[in-house]
Order: sequence, then C-alpha cells, then structure tokens
Amino acid sequence: MAGPIALRTSSVSTAIPGATAESPWVKWLLIALTLGFLTLFLFVPLAAVFTEALRKGWNAYLASFSDPAALAAIKLTLLTAAIAVPLNLVFGLAAAWAIARFNFVGKNLLLTLIDLPFAVSPVISGLIYVLLFGLQGWLGPFLAEHDLKIIFAVPGIVLATVFVTFPFVARELIPLMQEQGSEEEQAALSLGASGWQTFWRVTLPNVKWALLYGVILCNARAMGEFGAVSVVSGHIRGKTNTIPLHVEILYNEYNFVAAFAVASLLAILALLTLAAKSLVEWQVRRQAAAPLEPTPAEE
Amino acid sequence: MSIEVRNISKTFGAFTALNDVSLNVPNGQLVALLGPSGSGKTTLLRIIAGLEPPDAGSGRILFHDEDVVDRGVGDRQVGFVFQHYALFRHMTVFENIAFGLRVRPRKTRPEKSAIRDRVQELLRLVQLEGLGGRFPSQLSGGQRQRVALARALAVEPKVLLLDEPFGALDAKVRSELRRWLRRLHDEIHVTSVFVTHDQEEALEVADQVVVMNQGRIEQVGPPAEVYDNPANPFVYGFLGNVNLFHGRIDGGQARVGNVDFPLPALQAAGSRELVGYVRPHDIEVSREQTGPDAIAAVIGHIHGAGGLPRLELERLDNHLQVEAELTRDRLRELALQVGDRVYIRPKSMRVFVEGQPLDYQI
Repeated sequence: MAGPIALRTSSVSTAIPGATAESPWVKWLLIALTLGFLTLFLFVPLAAVFTEALRKGWNAYLASFSDPAALAAIKLTLLTAAIAVPLNLVFGLAAAWAIARFNFVGKNLLLTLIDLPFAVSPVISGLIYVLLFGLQGWLGPFLAEHDLKIIFAVPGIVLATVFVTFPFVARELIPLMQEQGSEEEQAALSLGASGWQTFWRVTLPNVKWALLYGVILCNARAMGEFGAVSVVSGHIRGKTNTIPLHVEILYNEYNFVAAFAVASLLAILALLTLAAKSLVEWQVRRQAAAPLEPTPAEE
Repeated sequence: MSIEVRNISKTFGAFTALNDVSLNVPNGQLVALLGPSGSGKTTLLRIIAGLEPPDAGSGRILFHDEDVVDRGVGDRQVGFVFQHYALFRHMTVFENIAFGLRVRPRKTRPEKSAIRDRVQELLRLVQLEGLGGRFPSQLSGGQRQRVALARALAVEPKVLLLDEPFGALDAKVRSELRRWLRRLHDEIHVTSVFVTHDQEEALEVADQVVVMNQGRIEQVGPPAEVYDNPANPFVYGFLGNVNLFHGRIDGGQARVGNVDFPLPALQAAGSRELVGYVRPHDIEVSREQTGPDAIAAVIGHIHGAGGLPRLELERLDNHLQVEAELTRDRLRELALQVGDRVYIRPKSMRVFVEGQPLDYQI
C-alpha cells in the first residue's frame, strides 16, 4: 500500500544494448587496464613486502620483532592509536551532533575546518606543532620553564596524530545524522527518556555502523601516519619512533629484512582494515536494503 | 485532563507563528486544530507538548489548572505522535512500544512480565497482534502510524497529541484510520488534540474544531456549528467550496446577485459593499426562470463522477464562474449538456459586510 515498491529490472533489457553499451573490446580493454594498474601499483609491492621480509626465512623474520627498538615502536604506535582514536571518536560525535542538530553562525566554516587535515600536507601540520611547541616556538620558553616536553617526545606524536585523523569520524557521521534528523530523539524524550538514555538507546544505535566505519579508517591512519609524526618525533630510537618511522630507519641502515618485516605488520593492518571496512559496508547495505523487503498488506 | 492555553505567542525570527492564542480543551474531548500550512497549528501543538518553548513571558499552558510551561516534554505526561511517526528504526515494534516503560527509573518501572503484558494489550488495541517482532521498515504506512500511537499510549499519557496523523497515508487507508481513531477515542477517552489541514478529516472526527489562520484562532466550535455558522469569510472559505456573490446595500435595501432584500438594521449605514457566500449544494439549477432572483448561466463543464455531480457554470451577466452540486437524480431529470443555458438561484446564502457576518440569512 503505502510501502515502497521493489524495483524489478526486466530481463529483456540485458539483451538489448543500452545507450551506454560499448563494444566488447572497450569493455575488456578497460578491465585489463584497471587490473594491470592495480597489479603494478598494489599487488606487486604488497607481494614484495612479504617476499623481502621472508627472504632469510621465518626465524630472521620473527627475530626482527624481538629487537627492543622494534618492540618500543610497536608499543608507541599502539599507545598513540589508543589515545588518538577515542579522542577523535568523542570529538567526531560532538562535532557531528553540533552540525547536524543545531543552527549557528559559522557552521559552514566549522565544516570546512574539519576537512582541513585532508587539505593540508601532513608535514605542514607537523611543522605547525614544532613552531608552536618547539624550543624556538611560541610556547617553547614557557614549556622549557616548566620542564614540559612535547616536541621530540610522545605528547607531540600523539598531538600530530590526533590532528591528522580528526576528520574521519566526523565526516562519516555528519551526513547520516543530518539525514536522520532529530524526530526519533524528540520521540524518546516525549516518552520520558532522559537525555543520556536517549543518547545510548536511540542516537548511538542509529549511527553505530557509520561510527565504526569512521573508527576503522581513523585507526588505520593513526597507526600508519608518517609525515606529521616524522617532523615532531625527533627519531629517537626506542623512544619516539612509531612503526612507520622505525621502518624508515631500518631501511636507511640497509637492514632490509627487518625493515620489510616491520613493514609487513603495517601491510597486515591495512588488509585487516580493508576486511573490517567491507564487513561494515556490507552491514550498512543490508540495513539500508531492509525497507525493500516486501511489505505485508494492510489487514 | 483539560488543557488551557493562555495568551501564547511564538515568533521565529521575523515570522509570527502564533499571535496571542488562547484555547480551552475540555477533559476527554477530541479536538482538531485545522488550518492552512503556516497557520501555526503544528507550532501550537508542539508548544502544548513542550517540544517548543513559547516566547519568553508570553503566556501560560495549564494542564488541569496546573502551569506546565516550565516543564520539559518528558515531565508533561503527553503522548506525542509525530507526522512521520519517528519510530525507532533499529528496534522491533515490540521494543518501540515498550520503550516508554523501559526508560522509567527503577522505582516506577514495571516488571518485565508486566511490560510484556502491556505491550501485548496495546498491540491488540491497535490491531497489530503478531507483528511485535517486525521492524518499522517492514510495515505499511498505516501500520507504522498505529505503532506510533501504541507507543505513545504505552506511557498512559494524560493528553494525546497528534501531528497530521494521517498526512502521509493514501486516501483509503486515511479514511479507515480516522474512523478507527474516533472509535479508539470513544473507548479510551484521553484528552486528544490533532493537527490537520484537511477540513473533511476535522469535521468528521473531532468533537471540537479549532480553525486557525495566520497565527490566530478564527473560530472554535463543534463541526456542525463551524460549518453552518462560520464566524467570518475565511472560515467559510476554508471549510468547503464556496461561491461569492457581490452586492451592495443602500439605504437599508440590499441587493446581492439578483436577490433583493430589506436590511433595516443597516439603514443608517449608507452605501456599503456586501458579499454573499453560497455553498455549491445550495445553488438551485433549473431550465426555466423560476423568479426574478434567478440568474442566467451557461454550463461549462459537468463532473459526473461521485455521489454529488458538480457543474461549472458561467454567469451570463458578469461572466464569473459559479460551481453547483446537484443530485444524480436531478441531473438526469434535467438532462443537462455542456453549453446549455440554465438559471441558477441561491437557496441559502450567508452575507458578510466588511468581513462581519449579518444576522440575515436567505
């Protein structure tokens, strides 16, 4: 009745070439081009990482991780992500809520600012932190006086990572929350739910997949970030090196097996992210498709 | 519980949505707020619910003589049914209805089994038994509307507020559901206010109709009264199709259309413009000139479908359009064709002088 109508594509249409259908040659050429490109720039390098890492066998591969400097880099990367991702989760939710639910002056400016880390080169973002918190920077003398170390220390790395990764969650949530509107929340409030109950029982479940998607992307970037972190880190072995920085150092020292072994960790992380991302996308599609199920007739 | 609205105003920037509105809703009644879009009816409903604050210091909202203006929507014990239902999309029908009971503080929250019984009872009430496990996206529009109603009723509201409850439904479901709502109200007797822009809906369902226009209340009364005795031309025009007959009064003698009548009350008023309002079903159509007050017209179009066929006519004297309704039998008896010349005569007319109704009625 009032339910949506499921689309049915007629089987005839496949037999008749559509207006945009090209000759089979064009089709195969385009597919070959895409596959060739991916092979050259994605699959070969990926395979190379694992081949190089395992060139001297499993034992050499595993030995690369028992190096204290490598362990320290892994720990620092996990720590950075463990701080940056939750912070950006909260920030992303708050920003999306503010933008989707309220009207205020400067809303468009705020939207643009959230995109800033995407627009600015990560090296520049790192440099800004050096200019702010470095010894010669604006806050440098104040920090030196109080014996606070930010640049060339862990806080600087966390700050740079937070900056580079803050758009991911907000960007996923804003369009969804704008589309959903606030009627369900008003309904929850009118039924006597508190603001907190409304958030946990209505708002959050409605955006959970988009939120998870944003968190996955945010985490991947937080662990893999190189440019901004490189500028503020100072490359102190075993202290301020994250995994990407450690890989660079090993490579520069011609320690190829160790360099590729540690790099393979990042590659595995990327593959896991891809898998998680597909899973979430599949879930989102499944939920979006729910209204297309046949609606029972009015009795 | 009775609702009293006293001197409420609401402005959005430069736009005045409500202008010093006062209204009484007696306990247990079903009241319709009727008006065109932008008349302020939804704003008034949302202010009663507490979803929107009135302008600061503008007036009061009383529930059973108790001021609730400072109370939030959650503390007013209202059930609100949203125009687009606003069902929780990630919850089943059962969970949607149980929501209001589940979020209660532990002290007042019913037992699990009591919640289950209550939800089952409500599902029965809205005739959705067996659909508790469905998600809102798996329901038709009319079913969603009834879930929204059951969810609002679950918290045993003192007042039920419905925003365009049937606005998003197709015509047949719409008329079924509104009759069902009337029966439901007769069963549970909770004071209810619903917003609609459909005069037929308001006249059919409500105990009292509140006609609103441009942020003001034009008239309040039972459906028959607002229909038969509209307070002003706006109400007359909004409650149904209408034909306008212009005329004048001069020295106590009025002439509207071809109708002459004395109006001694306005003898001293000098020369004034008059407007006569005639419903299409109050226009008599005949082949012969029945008297001096009949006006010659030509049939432009005949809408034969429906219980009351409609004629579109053009007056021969001033070429204005007139709409008339007559019974099928009468249409057949006259054997009218497009282009035929006929005579029309208003059987009943309400006359307004500068927007004010006259006591006089033909």
